[in-house]
Amino acid sequence: MLLTYLQVFLVGGAVCMLGQLLINLTKMTSAKILVTFLLIGVLLEAIGVFDEIKDFAHAGITIPITGFGSTLAKGAIEGVEKEGLLGALTGGMKAAAAGLSSAIFFGFVISLIFKAKTKV
Amino acid sequence: MISRTEYNELNAKLAPKSKEGRTLLFAFLVGGLICMIGQGFSDLFKLLLPKSDEKVIGQLTSTAMIFLGALLTGFGIYDRIGKYAGGGSIIPITGFANSVVSPAMEYRSEGMIFGVMCKMFVVAGPIIVSGIASSVAVGFVYRLIGAIK
Amino acid sequence: MNFGTQTIRFNNKPRVLSGYSIVGPKESMGPLDPYFHKRLRKDDFGQRSYEKAECKLHMSAISGAIIAAGMTPQDIDVNIGGDLLNQIITSSFSARELDISFIGMYSACSTFGQALIVGAALIDGGYIRTATASTSSHFSTAERQYRYPLELGTQMTPTAQWTVTGAGCSLLGKEGSNIFVESATIGKVVDFGISDANNMGAAMAPAAAKTVLKHLQDTSRSVDYYDHIVTGDLGIYGSRLFLKLLESEGIKAGAVHLDCGAMIYDKKQRCPQGGSGAGCSSVVFNSYFLHHMRAGAIKRLLLVPTGALLSKLSSLQGETIPGIANAVAFEREDD
Repeated sequence: MLLTYLQVFLVGGAVCMLGQLLINLTKMTSAKILVTFLLIGVLLEAIGVFDEIKDFAHAGITIPITGFGSTLAKGAIEGVEKEGLLGALTGGMKAAAAGLSSAIFFGFVISLIFKAKTKV
Repeated sequence: MISRTEYNELNAKLAPKSKEGRTLLFAFLVGGLICMIGQGFSDLFKLLLPKSDEKVIGQLTSTAMIFLGALLTGFGIYDRIGKYAGGGSIIPITGFANSVVSPAMEYRSEGMIFGVMCKMFVVAGPIIVSGIASSVAVGFVYRLIGAIK
Repeated sequence: MNFGTQTIRFNNKPRVLSGYSIVGPKESMGPLDPYFHKRLRKDDFGQRSYEKAECKLHMSAISGAIIAAGMTPQDIDVNIGGDLLNQIITSSFSARELDISFIGMYSACSTFGQALIVGAALIDGGYIRTATASTSSHFSTAERQYRYPLELGTQMTPTAQWTVTGAGCSLLGKEGSNIFVESATIGKVVDFGISDANNMGAAMAPAAAKTVLKHLQDTSRSVDYYDHIVTGDLGIYGSRLFLKLLESEGIKAGAVHLDCGAMIYDKKQRCPQGGSGAGCSSVVFNSYFLHHMRAGAIKRLLLVPTGALLSKLSSLQGETIPGIANAVAFEREDD
């Protein structure tokens, strides 16, 4: 149990540190960083190594945006297996629907309740 | 006066650099911590819903994390974490929530339709577009390989 | 030009009758706090949006300067103002509330210099009696227009500068003060190929150096002629480049040079290279420098507001950042 959390911490931290390294070296903005890591997740899933990393790192690789990429790619692959070509279009969105819809819904609700405050 | 090229060389040489060690350490610590919180949610859901399969647990976990990120953004806390953590708070799924919620809040003053709804994806748009486009491409390629085999 | 190729000499000595500065909470925690005329406790200024808050700031600065000179808006012939927001809405919306003829200006953060030059020229030419020159900027409105939503968790890069929340106004007139605008050098747009929008100090330093060099050349003066040469918002790093550029021309200005952006915040306030924004030079000039000129501690001052002429669109299209700097020389007549 504790070991699992240590693995999560180390891998998750390392992924984020890699992102920070990219920011420091290339002055990438947050959108570019997120896209980069999302595509890494898609790629890892597509070549079939994501699950192996996940077996070791658990949330350490699924909580970073790489996990979102993997969910999308995995959904598309499973969609193809079930429904053929159409599944490539529907599978990814279906698998990622919870994340996408919750982000949109919470974003909407929060914008009604809170006002943007200035930075300090 | 010195030439354009010389000036750019001078700028490259003199420009202050990020405090590499410190930023990397903060990104590592905060990123790792957020992932541990995610693992905590995942274990909690497994405990509460022992019969659910892994996919449902995963979806619940990301929803919970997105809610957490959205709420911290609403309270104006997430941007303060981001100031120190950088990549550590950008890359986790909470950072994705932050990138959706922050423009929604920011553009609230421009109205519901053109403010909140239009501008909600000014930061997160590319993430969604690239994610969906690449996953569809992966699906197509997968199908293609299947057909060849 | 009546003084070299880029410089105007104002023969009739247009006067600086008064100055007023109003700043946000962060600026009032900085080292210049004792000199500001008014400080906000909250930067929304009791308004619904930050844009409205900036507009109120701008108006307060203009009316503050008018009151400080013991005048009323009817005594002002022209209100010359500018800011950073698209279509300079801050200045024009504050002019909507004031019943004064209005000239809107834009040259990014060097707008204050431009406004002073036009005001001084109109007075010097005898066309008008009085003019206000005002500029403003607001961190939260600039952040939205040029960068990211406020609540997005981003990091400032080490060369970044913090947009000053504040507005400053100088009231120029024909007579009634011993401080006058002696001459001004209108800058050329200079681009040395810097494209990082978070390194505006480096983008503007060449423009500032060129304008100062030209001013010294046109007026055949050395840097020692001035008690201070004050650049607008080059920031700490930009100032370093500025001095290096002057040095490459054999001019050592380190002893007299100051930068409003580098002065306005404390190191502890975590603004990597200091402040920036159209309000930066106007706020610092109308508080700190005008105070010391009045007191006689500074007799000759060259104010060089600097501007980075970029937009979000030009940055995204990969354009480099052109810079501009206008120099305005102030002198004090001793009675």
